[in-house]
Amino acid sequence: MTLLTFETFYALCGVILLLVAGRIVRDPAHPRRWSSAAFWAVLGVTFLAGKWLAPLVVGYLVLVLVVLAATGRVMSGRERQPAPMERAEEARRLGNRVFWPALAIPATAVIGTLTLAHVRWGSVQLADAKQVTLVALGLGAVIALGLALRVTRARWGEPVEEGSRLLQTIGWTLILPQLLAALGGIFSRSGVGEVVAGLVASALPTQVPFVAVLAYCGGMALFTICMGNAFAAFAVITGGIGLPLVVRQHGGDPAIMASIGMLSGYCGTLLTPMAANFNIVPAMLLELRDRHAVIRAQAPMAVVIFAANVVLMWLCVYRF
Amino acid sequence: MIKLIGILIVAAGFAVRANTLLVVLAAGVATGLSAGMSFNEVIELFGKFFVENRYMTLPVVLMLPVIGLLERHGLKERAEMLIKHAGAATAGRVLLLYTAMRQISISLGVNIGGHAGAVRPLVAPMAEAAARARHGEVSPEISERIRAHAAAAENIGNFFGEDIFIAVGAVLLMKGFFDAEGLSVSVWHMALWGIPTALVAFGAMGWRARALDRRIASEARTSSMKEAGKK
Repeated sequence: MTLLTFETFYALCGVILLLVAGRIVRDPAHPRRWSSAAFWAVLGVTFLAGKWLAPLVVGYLVLVLVVLAATGRVMSGRERQPAPMERAEEARRLGNRVFWPALAIPATAVIGTLTLAHVRWGSVQLADAKQVTLVALGLGAVIALGLALRVTRARWGEPVEEGSRLLQTIGWTLILPQLLAALGGIFSRSGVGEVVAGLVASALPTQVPFVAVLAYCGGMALFTICMGNAFAAFAVITGGIGLPLVVRQHGGDPAIMASIGMLSGYCGTLLTPMAANFNIVPAMLLELRDRHAVIRAQAPMAVVIFAANVVLMWLCVYRF
Repeated sequence: MIKLIGILIVAAGFAVRANTLLVVLAAGVATGLSAGMSFNEVIELFGKFFVENRYMTLPVVLMLPVIGLLERHGLKERAEMLIKHAGAATAGRVLLLYTAMRQISISLGVNIGGHAGAVRPLVAPMAEAAARARHGEVSPEISERIRAHAAAAENIGNFFGEDIFIAVGAVLLMKGFFDAEGLSVSVWHMALWGIPTALVAFGAMGWRARALDRRIASEARTSSMKEAGKK
């Protein structure tokens, strides 16, 4: 038996989302009270009961979420923002103690990664080794919350209030990463990757070793831009371009090819709104007006790193 | 070829700025139907993958209550006070230091950062405070630019450090792929070849961080010249 699993923290997430819905329902001044509350409540249900609900039911719940968001019925309320004066006052009162909870998160990550999987009483295990990163993260958030309540002597309602305010600021963008991951899954089930790999391989003179490298790295980056996920691109592009051309036709080293190829895919991740959890959600989280500001900041680096990857692979893959 | 209709819908949707969720749903349905699935089968897949990928949303939802609480009690203000005492700090240097810490820790298998857990509460405010300590109040454009670069510093550090550690998802995924193809490829070998790109990525972040600092400095000069002109 395992005490702490993904499901423990998904349930906690679900409870937080339901509390957000509850706050909205009790706010008569909310501009879209019922539909916004419905959005967060339905999302909460997919977190609490996702494992036990039939996928078709979840699918239709997702459809409800998308319709609510796309018709502009999910809005943020006018939760009170703490005044700058108030915050500066608190910063003086608490001093550096305010950092303790924030530092508890990385501290728990480090300790948790090293120890969690080894704690067991007979057949009862604290956490599964495969889930250790996420469990450490979840534990970190819980420990930090406990510490924060102690240090600040805040009311229990305050974290709910703040969580609700910030989640509503992010709004429906929050579910974009999950929906895009689902789209990626449907793309790969439908065989989109094979078509892309075939197109790239047939459009270029891949009998030249350099062009084979360029086609592979470019395929990884392009396909990742389309799918938002370099992992999904890897199997398809390596199977369709990398193995047949770089390794079998030109005798390249598979380890070097795979390693640098995956990192070429990450250059695509830096460039695409499809990788929403890295690029769009942070823009909302940091309250940037331009949703694509993070991509704009990253684009020059993505281009440079990609070019370096191509040269590096070309120089090394046929030599070692 | 018709299977590529989903990619076309996504590209067109982003271009006309239609609601992204709707675009993604439409692209999925169109692709699924063109590959011979029924509507219900596509919706079922959406449900299945939506549940499987809940881990993507988890950190944000779990972190926000505690981060919000700390912000209300002066976390950002305190981070700013700290950085004002560090004389050599610039926005770019703060971000570059964070990238280095993120790359090193994740290459050892420990995930210490995150946009919700570290960038919003600590890294971005510190970088902004460093710019203000040096140049006085900064324009909203510069402030947004610094925050965008803070998010980028997290991504660069996260992506281009982790493949050096063999127990990480990406290296194991590659290993699994080669095993299925009947090729024996060493995980150590793959991890080793992640190092050159990690160094290039760090260099690229250094270049961008310097460019950011120069931009902030030149903006501060022109705005102070305007101020002087008014008087």
